[in-house]
Amino acid sequence: ACHSEKHVGQFYTLPSAHVRHLFPNGLPWCFQHQTKTFNETCIMVRQPALEVISCLKKADYSQPALRYLFYGLKGSGKTLSLCHTVHFCYTQGWLVLHVPDAHLWVKNCKELLPSSYSSSRFDQPLQATTWLRNFKITNEPFLSKIKTKERYVWTKREATEAGSPLGELVDQGISRVKSSSDVVGAVMKELRLQSSQPGADFRMAVAVDGVNALWGRSTIKRQDKTAVDPEELTLVYNLRKLMKNDWSGGAIITTLSQTGSLYTPKSAYLPQELLGERGFDSVDPFIPVSVPNYSEKEFESCYLYYTDRNWLQHPQSRTEEGKKELIFLSNRNPSMLERLCGFL
Amino acid sequence: MAANCVRFAASLLGKGVNGASPTNPVTLQLYRQICGTSALRRKNLAAAGPEKFTPEFIQKQIEEFEIGKRHLANMMGEDPENFNQEDIDRSIAYLFPSGLFEKKARPLMKHPDEIFPKQRAVQWGPDGRPFHFLFYTGKQSYYSLMHELYGKVLNIEKHQDRLREKGLFSTETKQISLGTSRWLTKEELEELLVETISTHDYDRFIQLMEHMLSMAYSSLEEEFILRHRQQLEAQTMHQVVPPLQKDDKGVDFSTAEGKRKTSKSSVVVRDCGSGSITINGEDYLHYFPVLQDREQLMFPLQFTGLLGRFDLECTVSGGGRSSQAGALRLAISRALLSFVSEGEGEAMRQAGLLTLDPRVRERKKPGQEGARRKFTWKKR
Repeated sequence: ACHSEKHVGQFYTLPSAHVRHLFPNGLPWCFQHQTKTFNETCIMVRQPALEVISCLKKADYSQPALRYLFYGLKGSGKTLSLCHTVHFCYTQGWLVLHVPDAHLWVKNCKELLPSSYSSSRFDQPLQATTWLRNFKITNEPFLSKIKTKERYVWTKREATEAGSPLGELVDQGISRVKSSSDVVGAVMKELRLQSSQPGADFRMAVAVDGVNALWGRSTIKRQDKTAVDPEELTLVYNLRKLMKNDWSGGAIITTLSQTGSLYTPKSAYLPQELLGERGFDSVDPFIPVSVPNYSEKEFESCYLYYTDRNWLQHPQSRTEEGKKELIFLSNRNPSMLERLCGFL
Repeated sequence: MAANCVRFAASLLGKGVNGASPTNPVTLQLYRQICGTSALRRKNLAAAGPEKFTPEFIQKQIEEFEIGKRHLANMMGEDPENFNQEDIDRSIAYLFPSGLFEKKARPLMKHPDEIFPKQRAVQWGPDGRPFHFLFYTGKQSYYSLMHELYGKVLNIEKHQDRLREKGLFSTETKQISLGTSRWLTKEELEELLVETISTHDYDRFIQLMEHMLSMAYSSLEEEFILRHRQQLEAQTMHQVVPPLQKDDKGVDFSTAEGKRKTSKSSVVVRDCGSGSITINGEDYLHYFPVLQDREQLMFPLQFTGLLGRFDLECTVSGGGRSSQAGALRLAISRALLSFVSEGEGEAMRQAGLLTLDPRVRERKKPGQEGARRKFTWKKR
């Protein structure tokens, strides 16, 4: 994944083994369909992703972790840029902590348990177990390498000793559903502590999609129908701790997302609007990266890719006028273009 | 008839009061007589049919119209001599403003020839003998026209025979230039002859005319033929092309407006080179998330093939999603007229891009559930 400025606008294929490991369900829904249709995963190399990758290459990892935030209009390619960057980190051998969509944690919760660790907080066992499973698939080599530093007590009879491999911790979380959220918290704490140490031989990439969910409102309600603040959810609380800058040896890459966010107007896409005051203050020293619609060259290359894969069946779409029509109708928005070409 | 009688009676009465007393019993007698007869005549009125307008009556109406026209011109402070029909219409609309939707129900003042239907004068003299020799056929003007036409056909044939005898017959003669004209329709022919014709008669008439046209040397009767033909109006554009203005930076632009249902829109089309579109300050991808609306916007540009060339700045208000898109489409097509040649403009008009869509929401009527839907019919 050594891409440079020259490769802007070109597609590169991700090997399918990587895809299976990295993104068990990290890719956006439409893109997954496209992958299945074309039988390969192709991402376009675009300017924002290249910027972040170059920063990652040059960054000094003894300093506190840098925060990168992708923002842009709806459908302009933020999630895919994030996936591109994450893939880069994976190929460099980093540990990847990928949260596909933080919005899933603050809405449509089917089970809510009061936390065993702290009485004021709430657990979400389902989401926690899914995440732990994905984490296990993504970071298999690291699970045996990293050892826990502390002793964690789950119930009266179960405890994890200090010095046991991370894999055991994760398995514990997957098997004991009730304490899975606490396991998640423990995993995050361990990783945070260990990557800050100068002797650590791995770097951590925290990739969160839809980071504005952590500081927004949630639709989850308690038994007595009062709303739950995201702070009171264990998962969100632990993730927020990770987002703070107090650890080093890695990078935090995030995206904003209006699509899943609750109670935000549809036209909002700037960080300040979507994160809110609290969120903005917590994320404050960050590097914003704007993701625009396709430029002319990028559009060209996307169009050629679709023609190459015989995706555009209609005879008129192959002509010049057809291309102009596509430009007009989609206004060079990637997701719009994809939807348009879907039925051509 | 009854009105006349009453007026007659009133004028008599008036004279009776002023006149000498010996006439009084006579007038009183007459009054009583008229009162008695009007009751009897009422039944006949219904059977008689609509009132016949006598030529004297129409003449009197024309005089009254002329005098009224002069009075109206005086009232409006304009020149009574050169007061024509448009001025009359304008003044009446000003003096009697009406909120009625049906234009024919509003007050009007027109020349009596246009108001009263044309009726035929009495066709027979005081001795009962008709003037026209074909009166007893029933459709005298139609048959007289056919007779005249056939006479002309025979005339042409005689001319042709004469030329053949002399050996000067040739088929390449001056043909009548018909241009873009058509035969008179049945209604127009009826109007011309002031009598009803059946479809069969009309077909025979057209047949004979065609036959005459097909003969060589029909140019002899050119004037007669052209009298029975109607010019077709060339359906060209009556559109006003918006003027092409130049911006300070030297960029050509033109403005146009459009509307549909309840939406109104105004568009400024600039000849920049980028294909960006702004609607009410927002990007059009956000304003019209639906593909159908964006296709509507694209249609005029795609039709003329000028997709990526222009920069559109639009404002739209009122109506719903679809009607706003329609209003914008009309405005864009009108603005494009100034950038495009006459022929292309004509093509646009024929494609229906420049027509204002007259469909508006129909009013709900009382006794029905909606505009057309009736209440559920119950048998009992």
